[in-house]
Formats: sequence, structure tokens, C-alpha cells
Amino acid sequence: MVEWLVEPFTYSFMVRGLLAGVLAGVGCAILSAYIVWRGMAFVGDAIAHAILPGIVIAFTQGISLFIGALVAAVLAALGIGWLSRGGEVKEDTAIGVMFSGFFALGILLLSMVTSYQDLTHILFGDILGVSQAELWMMLGVVAIVLFAVIAFYKELLVTSFDPGHAVAIGLSPEMVRYGLLLLLALTVVTAIQTVGVVLVIALLVTPAAAASLLTHRLPRIMALGAVFAMLAALVGLYASYYANIASGATIVLTLTGIFVLAFLFAPRRGLVWRGRAARQKQAR
Amino acid sequence: MSLNPLNYGKTCTVPPVPGEAALEIEHVTFRYPGAPEPALEDVTLRIAPGERVALVGPNGAGKSTLIKLVAALEKPASGSIRIYGNPVGSCHHRVALVPQRSEVDWRFPVTVRDVVMMGRYVHLGWLKRPRREDHEAVERAMEMMQISDLAGRQVGELSGGQQQRVMLARTLAHDADLLLLDEPLNHVDVPTQELIFHVLEKLAAQGRAVIVSTHDLGILPIHFSRAIFLDRHVVADGPVGEVLTAETLARAYGVHLCTERVEAINGRVAG
Repeated sequence: MVEWLVEPFTYSFMVRGLLAGVLAGVGCAILSAYIVWRGMAFVGDAIAHAILPGIVIAFTQGISLFIGALVAAVLAALGIGWLSRGGEVKEDTAIGVMFSGFFALGILLLSMVTSYQDLTHILFGDILGVSQAELWMMLGVVAIVLFAVIAFYKELLVTSFDPGHAVAIGLSPEMVRYGLLLLLALTVVTAIQTVGVVLVIALLVTPAAAASLLTHRLPRIMALGAVFAMLAALVGLYASYYANIASGATIVLTLTGIFVLAFLFAPRRGLVWRGRAARQKQAR
Repeated sequence: MSLNPLNYGKTCTVPPVPGEAALEIEHVTFRYPGAPEPALEDVTLRIAPGERVALVGPNGAGKSTLIKLVAALEKPASGSIRIYGNPVGSCHHRVALVPQRSEVDWRFPVTVRDVVMMGRYVHLGWLKRPRREDHEAVERAMEMMQISDLAGRQVGELSGGQQQRVMLARTLAHDADLLLLDEPLNHVDVPTQELIFHVLEKLAAQGRAVIVSTHDLGILPIHFSRAIFLDRHVVADGPVGEVLTAETLARAYGVHLCTERVEAINGRVAG
């Protein structure tokens, strides 16, 4: 049994994959709490799709794909914030416009570059292809996210709960929102390596969605979400090693499974619990 | 709205000007972007320290807008607003706001203690964690509003009355000299209402100024000595009995009330 568990990680690419999965999972799960409760899921998905042109340009220029993706993600995040700032364009409209525009530009550029046609790695992730350098960058991003969420905990809390109070005490909710979008851009780029553009949204939403069924405290939602994401990364890697199936999809499906379990069996809030409580009430 | 990020948490350098009104609004006009009519037109009023004033008027009269202008959430197109002699926004410590229920995301996972602590943020600012005195202020505020036993609960699970107690506790922790409460009595049970007024009375006795917007005219004579009737501009301002006339009531409710009803409401002033 122990051998079965340890064997995959005698390969360095598996160790790198595991580290990548854990780092991306932790980064996403921490932000996930804000994404779920501030209703930012669509922005996260949009930023994920918007990195495509950055990756293609970086590839043709021979610079790090990570840097290319990061620049595109930050530009998209700022663009969305800027377009919707005055209220003339609604936020989800701004997101839709930027999202499709960036993604289409990426596909256009890709069609012009004949030497780089492998879209699947970008769309569905390539956790086992993560390099040492990329791992360091991921570690840096997670450190930044952790630092920001702890250092600006008060400001994130008050602007999420009562933006009016924030303004009344001299704090700009707009500025905090931009900061959060930047963190989101950083995190999305790290997550794309592991699960790809299409499934990033799962890492951004599902951990906190499942954790929120089990606790109502923000720090606990973050911690529990991070545990779920790490667990999912581990399951995904074993699946790809032993069953030779796609790790990105397995990671996401594991998270989905955790969510379904929480939805059914969460104490007090779960479906089963509520059903039993209702029956007991009827019996009485 | 542009705010100087350095102002957040900055200690208050402008002391209250002695002898000045707690709130002095002069010829303030405000129009929402794209709106054909101004929400407020040439509003002038003066509130002294220690006064408790009810802000009444029909829906859309600009009560919330006026409160937002004073709390620096919006900027007037013209006119001036001075708080203890200083312009709006020069000292965020001095003004506290209890917003309308709908402006707050009650589902967000914060505990009662978290929310009350938000009243201390203005004293902390960037990167500073709550100190012992902040925790003590929060405990005192929760005790005063009788919500200490709810401290660890998520605010979304509470009743409307309990939620309003939390918001007032936050204002107590804020320790402001001018309190703005926007429709604090909606969805509030009677014991909570009594508690709110008891606390407001105490705050006013300490020399703080309190402004409460409400459309519940029945409570005015019991809890307020002065009312301001707003309908884009100040229609009436003075003792409750003088402000609540058949004419203003008809304006507030859009119907004409019989004189007995008016007398019944005003009767409570004498009673």
C-alpha cells in the first residue's frame, strides 16, 4: 500500500506536478472565498480565457509563457475594471466583451503561428509538464496572495460587506476591487498550468462553494477550501499515474465530488440533514 | 468616487471648531448622473451638538441622498456641508453611518464581532491589526446593544432587529460625534426599537448629534423633539408638532388625512 502511494513520486515530474497542483490549489482556494461571496466567478473565467493571446505572443517571441499569460491576464483584469467603472457599461457586459475579444485574438494569433498548434495543453492543462522555474514563480504568486489576503483582511472584509461604510471611513472599494482583480489574474495564470483555461473556473469557485456549506467563518472557508484543493490535486495525480487519465479533469471532478458530498451531508445545511429534520418535525 | 488612499486610518488632525454646528448644510444641490431632476435642491439646515433630529418625507424625497452627502458617499453639485466647522471628509472619525438594510451584503460570511470591529477600522487604517483597546471597545459596544451572546454568529442568520443592533454597535465602536441612521427602524422588533432610542438618547446626552431618517411618523412625537420634512428641499423644520401638519402628512402619504388623525399623532406630543 505504502509502495503504491509512494511509487509515483519517485519520478521528479510527478513531484513537480504535485507541487504545482498544491500551489495552484491553495492560491485559488484562498481567493475562492471572495470569488464565491462577492459574485466574481464570471470575471475569473474571463481572465482565464483572456490569457490566450499572451501565451501565443510569448511563444513567438521566445519569452516565458508564464510572463506572457500574466501580462494578458493583468491587462484583461484592468480592462474589465476600467470599462465598468463609470456604470455606463454593466460589469458582466464588460466582462463578456473583453473575454471574447481577448480569446478570439488568441485564436487568430494561433492560426498565424504554424509551429505552435497544440491548443490542448492550454485548454486542458499540463500539470506534468511544469518546469522548475515555473514552480518558483507559482510559489511567488501564492506567497503574494497569502500576504495580501492577510495584510488587507480588514479592507477586503469591509468593502465586501458594506461598501458604504468603507467609503465613509475613507477607504475606496474601487481600489480594493482592482487589487482583488490583480490577485485573481496572478492566481489564474498559475492554475492554468494544472487544469487549463476551460476548467480554471472550477478551482476558483468549487473549493469555497463546498467549504461554505460546512462553515460560515471566512478564514475557515479559505483553509477548508485549500485542503479540498490539495486533496483534489493528489487524487488527480494518482489517477493520471495509475489509470492514465487526464489529471486536470480528475482534479476538477474530485472537487465536484467533494461539493456534492457537502451539499448532501453537511451538518444542518445538507440535503439529508434538512430532510431528516423536516421528517422529525412532522413526526412530532 | 476618488478617495485619497492615504486618508484612510489617518488620525484626525482637524479638531471640532468650538461654537460651530455639528452639521451645517448651506444651499446644497445634488443631481444623480443622468437624472432629469435634482434629488436635492437648495437645502439649508443646521443641527447643533446634542440634538436628535428626525428626517422625514415621502419616498424619493432625498432623505438617503442627504445622508450620503454628509457621509461623503456623494459630492454635492453646489453648496457647502460642514461638520463641526470642518468640510466633509476632513475627518472620517467624526461621522458614522448606519446604511439602509439593502446597501449591505448580509449573506457575506462575517460574524457579529467582525462587523462591530469594522467600527474600529477608521482608527486603525492600513496594515494595523486591532489592539487591545479596540477589542475592548467592541465588547463594550456589543454589551450595550445586548448582542454579546451573538458575537460568534454569522450576521445573515440573525433577525432584522438583531442585525440593526449589530449596526448600531458598530457605530458605537466607531465613537463618532455625528451619527447618521438611514431608515434604522425597518423590520425591527419593538424591544430593539426601544433599545435603539434609549442608546441614541444617551449618545445625544453626551453631546453627539443624531440624525435618523424614517417614514414611520407615528414614533416621531415620542422620540424626537425636532423633525425636518424633506421633499427635495426643506419643506418644514422645527418641533415635531409643527412639522407634522395635515399638509405635510398628505404630502408624505400622498393622501389627505382627516384632521382627527393628525391631532391623534400630534396629541402624543402633549401626552
